[in-house]
Amino acid sequence: MEHIRTTKVEQVKLLDRFSTSNKSLTGTLYLTATHLLFIDSHQKETWILHHHIALVEKLALTTSGCPLVIQCKNFRIVHFIVPRERDCHDIYNSLLQLSKQERLQGWQLIDLAEEYKRMGVPNSNWQLSDANREYKICETYPRELYVPRIASKPIIVGSSKFRSKGRFPVLSYYHQNKEAAICRCSQPLSGFSARCLEDEHLLQAISKANPVNRYMYVMDTRPKLNAMANRAAGKGYENEDNYSNIRFQFVGIENIHVMRSSLQKLLEVNGTKGLSVSDFYSGLESSGWLRHIKAVMDAAIFLAKAIMVENASVLVHCSDGWDRTSQVCSLGSLLLDSYYRTIKGFMVLIEKDWISFGHKFSERCGHLDGDPKEVSPVFTQFLECVWHLTEQFPQDFEFNEAFLLQIHEHIHSCQFGNFLGNCQKEREELKLKEKTYSLWPFLLDDQKKYLNPLYSSKSPKFAVLEPNTVSFSFKFWRNMYHQFDRTLHPRQSVFNIIMNMNEQNKQLEKDIKDLESKIKQRKNKQTDEILTKELLHSVHPESPTLKTSLCFKEQTLLPVNHALRTIEGSNPADNRYSEYAEEFSKSEPGVVSLEYGVARMTC
Amino acid sequence: MEFSELIRTGRAQAKLLRGPEAPPLRGTLCVTGHHLLLSPGPQATSDLWLLLLRRVDSIQKRVSGDSGTITLRCKDLRVLQLDIEGVEATLDIARSIEALSSLESVITSFPFFYRPKGLRLGDAWHFHPPERYYKRVARETNAWRLSEVNGDFSLCPSYPRAVIVPRAVDDDALARCARFRQGGRFPVLSYHHAPSGTVLLRSSQPLTGPQKRRCAEDEELLRAVLAGARPGARGFVLDTRSAQAAKQARVTGGGTEAKAAYPGWKRLHRPLERGWPLQESFVRLVEACGDLEQSMDRWLSQPEACHWLAHVKEALSTAYLAAQGVGREGACVLVHGAEGTDSTLLVTSLAQLILDPSSRTIAGFQELVEREWIQAGHPFQLRCAHSAFSHARPKHEAPTFLLFLDCVWQLGRQFPQSLEFGEGLLLALFEHAYASPFGTFLCSSEKERCLCEVRTRTHSLWSGLNQPKEQRKLRNPLYVPNPLAIWPSVELQTLRLWQGLFLRWIRPPEPSEVAWEKVWQIVTDKKTEGCEPTVSASEPQL
Repeated sequence: MEHIRTTKVEQVKLLDRFSTSNKSLTGTLYLTATHLLFIDSHQKETWILHHHIALVEKLALTTSGCPLVIQCKNFRIVHFIVPRERDCHDIYNSLLQLSKQERLQGWQLIDLAEEYKRMGVPNSNWQLSDANREYKICETYPRELYVPRIASKPIIVGSSKFRSKGRFPVLSYYHQNKEAAICRCSQPLSGFSARCLEDEHLLQAISKANPVNRYMYVMDTRPKLNAMANRAAGKGYENEDNYSNIRFQFVGIENIHVMRSSLQKLLEVNGTKGLSVSDFYSGLESSGWLRHIKAVMDAAIFLAKAIMVENASVLVHCSDGWDRTSQVCSLGSLLLDSYYRTIKGFMVLIEKDWISFGHKFSERCGHLDGDPKEVSPVFTQFLECVWHLTEQFPQDFEFNEAFLLQIHEHIHSCQFGNFLGNCQKEREELKLKEKTYSLWPFLLDDQKKYLNPLYSSKSPKFAVLEPNTVSFSFKFWRNMYHQFDRTLHPRQSVFNIIMNMNEQNKQLEKDIKDLESKIKQRKNKQTDEILTKELLHSVHPESPTLKTSLCFKEQTLLPVNHALRTIEGSNPADNRYSEYAEEFSKSEPGVVSLEYGVARMTC
Repeated sequence: MEFSELIRTGRAQAKLLRGPEAPPLRGTLCVTGHHLLLSPGPQATSDLWLLLLRRVDSIQKRVSGDSGTITLRCKDLRVLQLDIEGVEATLDIARSIEALSSLESVITSFPFFYRPKGLRLGDAWHFHPPERYYKRVARETNAWRLSEVNGDFSLCPSYPRAVIVPRAVDDDALARCARFRQGGRFPVLSYHHAPSGTVLLRSSQPLTGPQKRRCAEDEELLRAVLAGARPGARGFVLDTRSAQAAKQARVTGGGTEAKAAYPGWKRLHRPLERGWPLQESFVRLVEACGDLEQSMDRWLSQPEACHWLAHVKEALSTAYLAAQGVGREGACVLVHGAEGTDSTLLVTSLAQLILDPSSRTIAGFQELVEREWIQAGHPFQLRCAHSAFSHARPKHEAPTFLLFLDCVWQLGRQFPQSLEFGEGLLLALFEHAYASPFGTFLCSSEKERCLCEVRTRTHSLWSGLNQPKEQRKLRNPLYVPNPLAIWPSVELQTLRLWQGLFLRWIRPPEPSEVAWEKVWQIVTDKKTEGCEPTVSASEPQL
């Protein structure tokens, strides 16, 4: 609101662009927080939404006043003449601010400093370090990093020189109750025997920052063999003898190349029509996809247990610390902290552990024509792990499957700025915050679609999830890999049905209240005979809506597309939802594969 | 009573372990004629624990020191462990359970002694008489009639007294027809599809034998079926055996309809697994589910699990084909295998579920089970004598009915709003088919049931299930009547292992059960509020 300098200007002329006689209307121009409104002398109103404004131009002063031309994205062009130049200038500036404001506010929705405050840092053991303020130590880390209070800047700098790509150990999640931390970094450049005192000090500082348990875990998320191979290249893993108070652990998640070919195989198998049962399952098995998902999940469970049961801090790394490390840290925090299981919290989690810590979205998703060997479904795996958790704990997540699918849609869509670029520095150079929109406010606008109707928000903040990782709890995610194959049932989502029921409940409650208040009003005003007559009339128009909503067949079910004005087809996810809505109204599967059997019957 | 001879030890001190989640139970163990009781003693808060002995599928005993352990594997796939004090007591109890759980006699089984409160004998046996359905079809079509020719079960021992046949065929012809079909199971109507006027029929194989015998009455019957449907209607004979197996059956006197003898009828072969291989894949699947240690890879490629799902797929797609013939092609379909009491019933009942909206309600589904399985002569007594844990060499066991339930579950998963019943009803039917205090699944045919006076001396399962307190478990809260056919997808990517059954006692209680509660809450809330506006609107008029 502070951008609005003038709310009302009188005696403004609105020119008709194509009129030969320079015909114009005179009226009053109003500026609100959302619209520019012009009311002419005939009380005809012209509303212009700030969002729609593409360009505002102030032309040279003329005798009748100061011309202001506004071009809109929906091809409306209005030409005002404001009598006084000062007013014109004010409106011009306000409009410039207002049309931009939305974009900036969207980026402010997720504030990571706020998130660290929520976790309880900085505190007596952890502090904000300004070492990387200018991206001098590590280009792929964000500017703001949290490190143990006793770790001085020389130690940090020294440690970063000993770590691959300069990614030294920093805080990823702080568990307030246990005073234990999840830290992340990349592999040390230890080779076969190299040591670095500063790095050893930094690890010690992390373990000292935990007042309860002096021991800390160092999790190398790679298979041991891969880590050993890295030693020959002058990299490798921590030697337990050189670091005091650490317990070293390999986890065994495969690298991006294995994951890429695994997904490739999975898609080949499930894309085949009319497969025999054993072929399907042996194909699923040989793709190894579910085994990899289980490995990620097991690592996250190990991490959560170390913190919950042993009260120990954990340092996680892989090779560069931006793929497997992001998976394990974020999934671990999700298990530990119920905040990350809310819609907003999940956005924060992705923003923190994936975007800000430099998961290379551009390369992993193949946004540009880059190295095909850098493409890998690492983030997809994370989403699938979360989906498995939502299946096992249907009441613990505020969001539903559709939310995960929509996020997956947009890491590839490049419609929003969040997932462009490979690290924060790159994003700042691209000026993404000024040039693009953030995905999160867009998702929040449609929040209704993504709510899990079974969510019970009563669970305490640190309710830990302990998923079952027996093999049969891992299922093939049909709705991800077959989301566009409409002949593969089920096409009705039980959760959507429940959601709609909830909605209708609310609507009915509202109707009841309306009716009751009407009854009260009439009771007060009128005598009994008139009352009965009138009531019959007043109740009648309401009842059809009640009836239709009761048999829940009408389109009141889902708010389809109404607020959004996307170009048709540009947003496949939306189409998907309108399809759902159709199905509620007629659940007959119109397109079931006819070819099945017909051929044989007529032969 | 003869039971007392089989009970060797009255009681013993024991500890009961019921899986990973439930706490162990201590108390006095006691064997009675039909039950195993564990009484926790007067000071304990928990109630008496009770197990129907017929439910025990296999028993395993182990002694060490002065105590013993008995592992009971139940027919509902549950595994229980009893730690008993005293070696002698352990062995005696094990022997008693073994003897009592495998009693052959029907008359001495528990349903004949079960007298629950609130139910009257003889009730509910007439909830779902198939005659009612048959009469309706006869009335509506004019081409069919209800025949009492099997009134004394002389024509066909496995058919009920009343059968429905084409009006054009008289009882004498039926008698000759019955002699031409194995077990006397001549073609009868299974389902009349009103929109197209065509019908689904079932029978057993014709006894053509190596000489390729023919039977004029049988040919006449099938001709009458086509004529009754509509002029120019086609027919399909859906044989649930492979073409080769059907040919081989001639050697043993069976066979299949010759093309020339039945004009207008076309034969299709869709082999379905039955008997021993089906039982074996069931046993293997349950074994695989019980093995928690296996790695991811082993689980996925379990050929056992695969086989079971392959059976589900085949059953569903064959039913799809039959339903398609009746519902979309406007043809009459006759389904038979060899005996016509297993896979035939599987196909006809599933096809009806796909086509007929009324069979997807709770009452309609119970009627379907009663008409197409119990009255149609599926030999429950033989097929469900043992479940997956039995060590005994199987003779006639086969989980055909379980396969049917699994297919229904798949349908319910694919169409979450179209079935009025939920998983609860299917699980209950599975349990009761294998061991039940009710008489509904006793015996193998209507004839035997009459001999044992099942209807007058036992309670019907339907009366037990239809009590109001059971409803919440059985009902699907999301049900919306759907007047259309539900065509399932039979691609593998959509079929799933029925975890609610096969992993029911193995995994910890699903959180989805809690979720189910929530769904109920929402739905019932809605119902009460749906009524309220009308109440408040009418208020001032009073």
